[in-house]
Amino acid sequence: MQQVYLDNAATTKVLPSIAEAMCKTMTDNYGNPSSIYKLGQQAKSILDTAREQVGELINASPKEIIFTGGGSEGDTMLLMGVAHAYAKKGKHIITTAIEHHAILHTCSALEKEGYTVTYLPVDEFGKVDPATVEAAITPETILISVMYANNEIGTIMPIREIGAVARKHGVLFHTDAVQAAGHIPIDVKADNIDLLTLTAHKFHGPKGTGAVYIKQGVKTGSLVYGGGQEKGLRAGTENTAGILGLGLAAVHAKENMKENSKRVTRLRDKLIAGINEKISEVRLNGHPTDRLPNNVNFSIRYIEGEGLLLLLDMAGIAASSGSACTSGSLDPSHVLLAIGLPHEIAHGSLRLTLSEFTTEEDIDYLLEKLPPIVDRLRQMSPLYSEKYNRV
Amino acid sequence: MYSAKVMDHFSNPRNVGVMEDYSGVGTVGNPVCGDIMKIFIKVEDNIITDIKFQTFGCGAAIATSSMVTELAKGKTIDDALKLTNLAVAEALDGLPPIKMHCSNLAADGLKAAIVDYKLKNGLPTDDINLDKECCHHSCCSCS
Repeated sequence: MQQVYLDNAATTKVLPSIAEAMCKTMTDNYGNPSSIYKLGQQAKSILDTAREQVGELINASPKEIIFTGGGSEGDTMLLMGVAHAYAKKGKHIITTAIEHHAILHTCSALEKEGYTVTYLPVDEFGKVDPATVEAAITPETILISVMYANNEIGTIMPIREIGAVARKHGVLFHTDAVQAAGHIPIDVKADNIDLLTLTAHKFHGPKGTGAVYIKQGVKTGSLVYGGGQEKGLRAGTENTAGILGLGLAAVHAKENMKENSKRVTRLRDKLIAGINEKISEVRLNGHPTDRLPNNVNFSIRYIEGEGLLLLLDMAGIAASSGSACTSGSLDPSHVLLAIGLPHEIAHGSLRLTLSEFTTEEDIDYLLEKLPPIVDRLRQMSPLYSEKYNRV
Repeated sequence: MYSAKVMDHFSNPRNVGVMEDYSGVGTVGNPVCGDIMKIFIKVEDNIITDIKFQTFGCGAAIATSSMVTELAKGKTIDDALKLTNLAVAEALDGLPPIKMHCSNLAADGLKAAIVDYKLKNGLPTDDINLDKECCHHSCCSCS
């Protein structure tokens, strides 16, 4: 059976050349980067190279890059670190209602510590208005954290404008760029970004390795106590193979971004047009144009997302949904609710995320399999037959 | 995640559809929660001779609906009333813990259909405890 992977926002396939290089380095360069002998120094040079490669991806200096264990760690480390380091200046943080849980749950933890957090609303496309951000700033505000692009609906935020607002008011600006990095151009200088989180496995690197950008002069803190690795911000012997993979993935992403983005966007738009054409009563979630090249998110009325995912899986298609059943809670996705979808429509969402490995055939296959699956679930749904008076 | 039996009932649901000449119909759940289930029964000589369901919900919701129709078909009203949500889940070789919570309301749907049948026929219903499973678990916005 054909296997079609359309869940690249969850994670991506590691590029085979990267996997190979990582394996090789585990046996060839196994020294501890902190050791002074050659084997250790070879490992250290791998870190130095990767630091430059990651810096180049986002126009940062290598000394502003700190390696982490991934996106959630990076978000937690930066928010906690900044909040604690600047507590004397104030205890107010501004973020949005549609952030990843790595941000939202860290904010809840900070609220328990006595911080105040403003969760800004978004419009129907998932965008936050920079004017709303500006209006929320108080003399107590120490940090603004707005994601670069949303993981569920793919909307790209007006980061440069929000960065300018933060700069104007002397407030630090963090962006969770986990879904954007390696997919769309990011320039921390032009975008006025002080802190940024990224992770390798969203752009064909390995899982468990990420990086944060900390603009020179910005104070943060560490979540892990131990040795002085990563300027004392991330203790523990470095994951040399993972970091090598992250660096190589950054190089690959930067070199191929223009071409991949163009090709993937074309496939995305074909998929969106195909679903709109073949299935009735669907709604594209997220911004029609300011969206990640690889993101498609639809609400499909009268059906629930989990059943859809199970039937797609039986047809060899891997996809994702914002339904309660798949979110592991009783409520559907907070992102879909924040853009104003009623619960029953949020339950029927389908997210399809592409990558450079996605082919025209994959899209055709999905467009062939999805309509009958939707029809089958609708035939089973009392909401559908009530609507069409077929009882 | 799901047992083979759940997957079987989800992918080949038994007795799915609507019934025109039903003796009773019951609806439980709430679209806001992501689960709604409708059961039609045909009762002849106090026996459920035919049963159909429609469900909006996850894999577990569809599988439990299918299973309850299979368990209830051919049973007397009294025996059908003894079916519980737990018994339905057990007949499916169990459900993941989170699904025991909200998506396991098929026996409630059957009870609601039986109550409807009894009311239509002037039969007493005070012996039937009609809790809406979804709501006494205070799931999302049922209240």
